[in-house]
Amino acid sequence: MSPERIKELLHLLEENGNLKPKTIASMMDLPEEEISQTIARLEKERVIVKYPALINWNKVEDHGNVRAMIEVKVTPQRDVGFDDIAARIYKFPEVKSVYLMSGAYDLSVVIEGKSLQDVALFVSQKLATIDPVISTATHFILKKYKHDGVIFDEDEEDKRMIITP
Amino acid sequence: MRHQTQTSTKSRLSQTIQSIPPSGIRRFFDLASAMDDVISMGVGEPDFVTPWNVREASIFSMERGYTTYTSNSGLPELRAEITAYLADEFRLNYDPEQEIIVTVGASEAIDLALRAILDPGDEVLVVEPCYVSYDPVVRLAGGVPVTVPTYQDQDFKVTPEDLASKITSRTKAVIFCFPNNPTGSIMTRQELEAIAAVIESHDLLVIADEIYAELTYDTRHVSLCNLPQMRDRTVMISGFSKAFAMTGWRIGYACGPQDIIQAMIKIHQYTMLCAPIMGQKAAIEALKNGREEKDKMVESYRQRRNYIVRAFREIGLDCHQPQGAFYAFPSIRSTGLSSTEFAEQLILEEKVAVVPGNVFGESGEGYIRCTYAISLEQLEQALERIDRFLHRRV
Repeated sequence: MSPERIKELLHLLEENGNLKPKTIASMMDLPEEEISQTIARLEKERVIVKYPALINWNKVEDHGNVRAMIEVKVTPQRDVGFDDIAARIYKFPEVKSVYLMSGAYDLSVVIEGKSLQDVALFVSQKLATIDPVISTATHFILKKYKHDGVIFDEDEEDKRMIITP
Repeated sequence: MRHQTQTSTKSRLSQTIQSIPPSGIRRFFDLASAMDDVISMGVGEPDFVTPWNVREASIFSMERGYTTYTSNSGLPELRAEITAYLADEFRLNYDPEQEIIVTVGASEAIDLALRAILDPGDEVLVVEPCYVSYDPVVRLAGGVPVTVPTYQDQDFKVTPEDLASKITSRTKAVIFCFPNNPTGSIMTRQELEAIAAVIESHDLLVIADEIYAELTYDTRHVSLCNLPQMRDRTVMISGFSKAFAMTGWRIGYACGPQDIIQAMIKIHQYTMLCAPIMGQKAAIEALKNGREEKDKMVESYRQRRNYIVRAFREIGLDCHQPQGAFYAFPSIRSTGLSSTEFAEQLILEEKVAVVPGNVFGESGEGYIRCTYAISLEQLEQALERIDRFLHRRV
């Protein structure tokens, strides 16, 4: 399969991880076999990493979790740069994502905890105490409007008339 | 409500309007609108909302007070953007000053073009199946529509023989739409060359409705006006509704030889004055910053086209491969039902709305038009329901 078509396949799965190989085969006008094999290969190569569902937790009562984005400044280390320190941070299960950033700080870390206090404690006791960490700034996330291209409260009603020429 | 008694004794309605039958879609619309949970494959517009940058640009222009008339032929900036876009995308060259008019949808452009060229009794060859307006609009312009049917075994393309067989001494023009609504069929350059020879030898004009030009899935669209010998005989009509998902804005345009375009502007200035400025401002943004979004939409239609054609064939309906627009046009002859019967029974039994093919002309009888501009989940469900419907009839 050409790189272009692989990208097309990946876009389809990124949009809907639930698509069956048969459906994708129809949409891309390719044999089902080829789709299944390519997906298997992409999974093995960890190009496709996982098929999670995107959940609007706001709608679930008592889910109780709070999230915060932490700006972390660190001293990069000889030979390994930021990778080692990033690994020390992302191995904590409380850490949901870690990005290396350009600009005023180095690592952007998203933490999830059961309460504000929980998150604050994690930052002060686990994160801030890591040796190369110079400083942290914690921003709690109050409401999620859009995540990974998906608008959470979008009005999806079809406004078209039912039959038009 | 009690109807008032008419006070005049003469016939109040013109003979022309009385000769035009009411739209065949109306009854289905009433039927479908009264039901819940209908999956509609009956719409003729994109399932995308106009991209946000386009909506935002129009809102911004209103905030700044752009609420006025524009020049009759359209905002100069929009005309320049359209002609530049046509040059980029289709290698068409038109003078933004003299050879283009911005209209209220492509529909108005069709009306203007016909009124600009027809004298009473002039015949117009209407290539069918086609959009529902051509025949009535020809009549309203005083012309006489002459049907040129196309057939599935020729992929619903119009051939020089079909055209030639309908030409008389009164024939003035041809009107057609490729990529076609409702068949999704297209014309290649070679096929256009073949009909161009007939058009030239009989000295005809052409109204080429190319509203779906951007929506082709296997090859790039070739405009009739790409043929040098056709440019001066053709009014090319397009707009923003389909490719840019802007149906409600009502912005279309026509390009063509100066004398015809100027005549169209004359009619437009007395009957319409200008297209709404809010829509024109939106259209400028669509051309400047909306092309990437447009390409994404085209890609998404292509995938759904592939899906629906294969799905129809799998459930046993004979479906030709549409190469453009966003409609599949499967044959339902195997069921023994007429298009109207099929569509009516389908909506009553399975709550799937489709448009009976005969609405688009007699040659559409035996087919149904199904838009695939609906979500994949809806497509899957609709196909399941149609499959169930067919099974009960075997």
